[in-house]
Amino acid sequence: MSTFRRLLRFIAPFRWWVLLAVSLGFATIGSSVGLMATSAYIISKAALHPDISVLQVPIVGVRFFGIARGIFRYTERLVSHQVTFRLLAELRAWFFSALEPLAPARLQQFRSGDLLARIVADIESLEHFYVRVIAPPLVAVLVAVLMWVLMAHYALPLAIVTVLFLAAAAIGIPLLTRSLGRGVSRSAVETRAELNVGLVDSVQGVADVLISGQENTRRTTLARLSQKLTALQNRLAVANGLNAALMGLLTNWATLAVLLIAIPLVSRGELDGVFLAVIALAVIAAFEAVTPLPETFTNLEGSLAAADRLFQVVDTEPQVVDPPAPSPQPESFGLEVRDLRFSYRPDDPPALDGIDFSLPEGGRLAIVGSSGAGKSTLVNLLLRFWAYRHGEILLGGHDLRRYRADDVRRMVSVVSQHTHLFNATIAENLRLSRPDATDADLIAAAEQAQIHTFIQSLPQGYSTFIGEQGLRLSGGERQRLAIARALLKNAPILILDEATSNLDPLVEREIMATIHRLMRGRTTLMITHRLVGLDAMDEILVLSRGKIAERGTHASLMAENGIYRNLWDLQHQVDLLDAGALPIALTDGI
Amino acid sequence: MFNKRLFQQAQTARTDLALAIASNFLVGAVTVAQAYFLSQAIARVFLQHQTLADVATLLVWLLALSLLRAGLVWGGQIFAQRTAGHVKNTLRDRLVAHVMALGPRFTADERSGELVNTAVEGIEALDAYFSQYLPQLAAAAMVPLTILIFVFPNDILSGVVLLVTAPIIPVFMVLIGGMAEEMTKKQWVQLSRMSAHFLDVLQGLTTLKLLGRSREQIETIRDISNRFRDATMGVLRVAFLSALVLEMAATISTAVVAVEIGLRLMYAKMEFPQALFILVLAPEFYMPLRLLGTRFHAGMAGTAAAKRIFAVLDVPLPEMASPPQKTIPRRMDIRFENVSFAYDDGNRPALNGVSFHISPGETVALVGPSGAGKSTVANLLLRFIAPQTGAITVDGTPLDRLDLAGWRARIAWVPQMPYLFDATIAENIRLARPDAPLPAVENAAKLAHADRFIAELPQGYQTRIGERGARLSGGQAQRIALARAFLKDAPFLILDEATANLDPRHESDIQAVIATLLQNRTALIIAHRLNTITRADKILVLQHGSLVESGAHAELLARDGLYRRLVSAFEGGV
Repeated sequence: MSTFRRLLRFIAPFRWWVLLAVSLGFATIGSSVGLMATSAYIISKAALHPDISVLQVPIVGVRFFGIARGIFRYTERLVSHQVTFRLLAELRAWFFSALEPLAPARLQQFRSGDLLARIVADIESLEHFYVRVIAPPLVAVLVAVLMWVLMAHYALPLAIVTVLFLAAAAIGIPLLTRSLGRGVSRSAVETRAELNVGLVDSVQGVADVLISGQENTRRTTLARLSQKLTALQNRLAVANGLNAALMGLLTNWATLAVLLIAIPLVSRGELDGVFLAVIALAVIAAFEAVTPLPETFTNLEGSLAAADRLFQVVDTEPQVVDPPAPSPQPESFGLEVRDLRFSYRPDDPPALDGIDFSLPEGGRLAIVGSSGAGKSTLVNLLLRFWAYRHGEILLGGHDLRRYRADDVRRMVSVVSQHTHLFNATIAENLRLSRPDATDADLIAAAEQAQIHTFIQSLPQGYSTFIGEQGLRLSGGERQRLAIARALLKNAPILILDEATSNLDPLVEREIMATIHRLMRGRTTLMITHRLVGLDAMDEILVLSRGKIAERGTHASLMAENGIYRNLWDLQHQVDLLDAGALPIALTDGI
Repeated sequence: MFNKRLFQQAQTARTDLALAIASNFLVGAVTVAQAYFLSQAIARVFLQHQTLADVATLLVWLLALSLLRAGLVWGGQIFAQRTAGHVKNTLRDRLVAHVMALGPRFTADERSGELVNTAVEGIEALDAYFSQYLPQLAAAAMVPLTILIFVFPNDILSGVVLLVTAPIIPVFMVLIGGMAEEMTKKQWVQLSRMSAHFLDVLQGLTTLKLLGRSREQIETIRDISNRFRDATMGVLRVAFLSALVLEMAATISTAVVAVEIGLRLMYAKMEFPQALFILVLAPEFYMPLRLLGTRFHAGMAGTAAAKRIFAVLDVPLPEMASPPQKTIPRRMDIRFENVSFAYDDGNRPALNGVSFHISPGETVALVGPSGAGKSTVANLLLRFIAPQTGAITVDGTPLDRLDLAGWRARIAWVPQMPYLFDATIAENIRLARPDAPLPAVENAAKLAHADRFIAELPQGYQTRIGERGARLSGGQAQRIALARAFLKDAPFLILDEATANLDPRHESDIQAVIATLLQNRTALIIAHRLNTITRADKILVLQHGSLVESGAHAELLARDGLYRRLVSAFEGGV
């Protein structure tokens, strides 16, 4: 189905409103035509010095049209904007509901904030779709019909000529100027993008530019790009200026043409001379209807491009489809993984290549390895973000695929490297994991996560806003909030995905202590590349290129002298140099 | 709506602007002439019963005038666009130069960084201001005046009607426009807040899904949108009301003129051609003012953008010390004497009376918890900021007396998050030495252990890095930055968390690389991964902006101080 028609379907529920707005738009321009035509009639008639009574009705008409135009325009704007905003609300809700099942697996290509921001902007740009794309041509057609009826009343050729000129202005001008500007317009868009990237680069990379002594070179490069853009825009103005010029020219020529037809008619007595001025002024007024049409084409293109991008996202198949039957009742909160194999795309090397492990309820398993070893993939599969085909995952004795994704996630708390905190209050961010949590629950969780004191020190306590308009939190504070959120959720299974990796060592150490508290009584799966505090784990799997390279406890792996030992030594080089200088008490922590 | 300072920017394009305005003025004059010939032609056919042949001359005049008018409109737009181009080029260049002069201290700050970004983007918003709004403003001022000049001799009463109603339009425009501007601004804030919320939800979608809260967001989004609609409609009702007044003023006066001249015609107090002439001109009289209303948005966006641009341009540049010396330090004997620095106009202290000494050829490490002031030391040495009290000297010369470019040419700097430009890998490595031959680039990459992943890229060294280096991992970006440092081959090296994003394996490779890089150079290494600095000649331990310990690794370990606590935390004792 074409993008245009899909967009129209969004308007369908509002078709009566649209119809009303279009009618009002037509009435507005109709009033102009009426005002000019009746005015011309009054003075033409008056020039013949008739009785005042002849002018009574037209005078009332002039007053009516004079007042009506403004009122029609006003109501038309109110109605059309109502429609637009309703449409936007629907579009946003529709887009979000289509997007929700796709996250995060199918959204990886849209991950970056820029792309998401573009999506938001695209929806907003559809605002023009109704007001500037759908309505103007409809209004123009109605006005053309009116002019046909009006002119045909005097003489058919007048009607034909008027409508032909209106059509030429409505369709011919946009086609002509667009074909003139097309190539230039595309390179202008490209140059503008290039210039923007260059400017962003220069601003954000200013330190690197300065230290390399490249400030003048960059400035020259940017100035050259800016001049190139300007030159292109000047050429575009030649095409766009033609637009306005031709619109005026066609209006004038249409007036001339109807005069050329009407004057002989008057001379032959086939048309009353009184109507000569009426015809001329009505034609001039009617061209108001076609004036916005060249812009309509540009807006149509913009709307379609924006809609295309949105549909492209929405039309993606979700990765994971829920089973039709209700989820089974888990017999325990243990996990069992058998010969799990997975690759993100068919030709990619496997991200997981035959993984086996068994994590009983309450057990603690760590998976370590360098980046790209497949650790995060495992989390994605466990959380049902991605679908797997080879191998088995059992949760509480049942195949994971028999559970609905929501039910799986209800059993799991995740503390990850990137904690997303919403632009909302601290309390709202915490309550996300349990909407009905009381204030006392929040405080209890925050206390356990050792962030309560900090929150209380804030001017508005738990009502303090986080994010753009509010507080900027440090990495450690964010992780503590994430832990509080997990505590509040109180799920039986805990997944720690690089939960401490971006923190400095002192903070890392404190957070790890808190995490150990969180682990108590929960089935824990810890993913990390920092080999810290792993002696508390029941089993450690060392992942390398999707395979389990080593497994065992911290002590046994250290004794093995393999990859684990090697990684550990690298991360603890200080120790190699001065192991003797450190008292044991300091190294073993809690 | 008329920003004087913005208007002054058009000084550079005076001729184009004058031509654009002149075209608009002449369009007004042509309009009057057209009305004259049109009314004459109609009057002669209607009342004097002339034929088509009799009025042919008049119609030819009309044809000629229509062509002239089209030409003027066309030319006017072209000249206006040229004006806009000049202004944009000039302002863009000034802005770039100013931002470069302000340096990273300004752009890296969240708030001013945002300011710079909007200013840079805002320059295109000036296009519509100069190419559409300003010419229209000129037309709105001149065309009605021209028309009045011709209407008055023909009919004083109609002239008076026009003259009296005309000011209503600008008066209301200013009156309601000001109010609308205020409200529009508030609406704009609301709109960006709504967009931000939507973006926030999209970015946090995974989190919401994990917490099982994602689907209810559909309703929330609809709710917020609808609330926004209601608020906006309230504002728009007022804004549209202003349009209503304008329309009314224009149409009702046209109606009044029509009736008033109609009645006088009837009593033979006026001639038909004059009457028709005035009637044709009446709507033209109001047209430029009404069109100005449709350009209102362009005008507002332009002034708003201008405010942001000027806000950046008005940020004073840091004062330069008296004429810099041309001597370039050779030995790199660096001294901090009682140096203090605070961000945010002194509200956020970062360094507090720090003194230390880096001897030529020495490797000095700087450690401490985050927020201790480590990067501030680097920024001071790079002269992105200047100390508020105390002195930094190099070979005995105060740092701010050294020629800035000359000094920076002597430093190689590898930051934690190096910026990769939208250019090829080779160009990115060549940043400091644009003329370096490819073998030198390849050699630098090899030294930085970047050669292998570069070779795997589709076009090797010629592969373009996307915006913000999107296709490279953090570790790869850092190796590119190290390659830059190798290629620059400067005598003083600053490594600011240079290995923070590396995998342990690469890190051990890079450590060896850095060891070679350090040979025969003076270096400052900032790190929170303590395994990278144990071999430094001297370790400085910072806390809360003060130097709390310094000495060699073994020496510091022996003391029971912050360094030992940092080390033990790093050791991973939980």
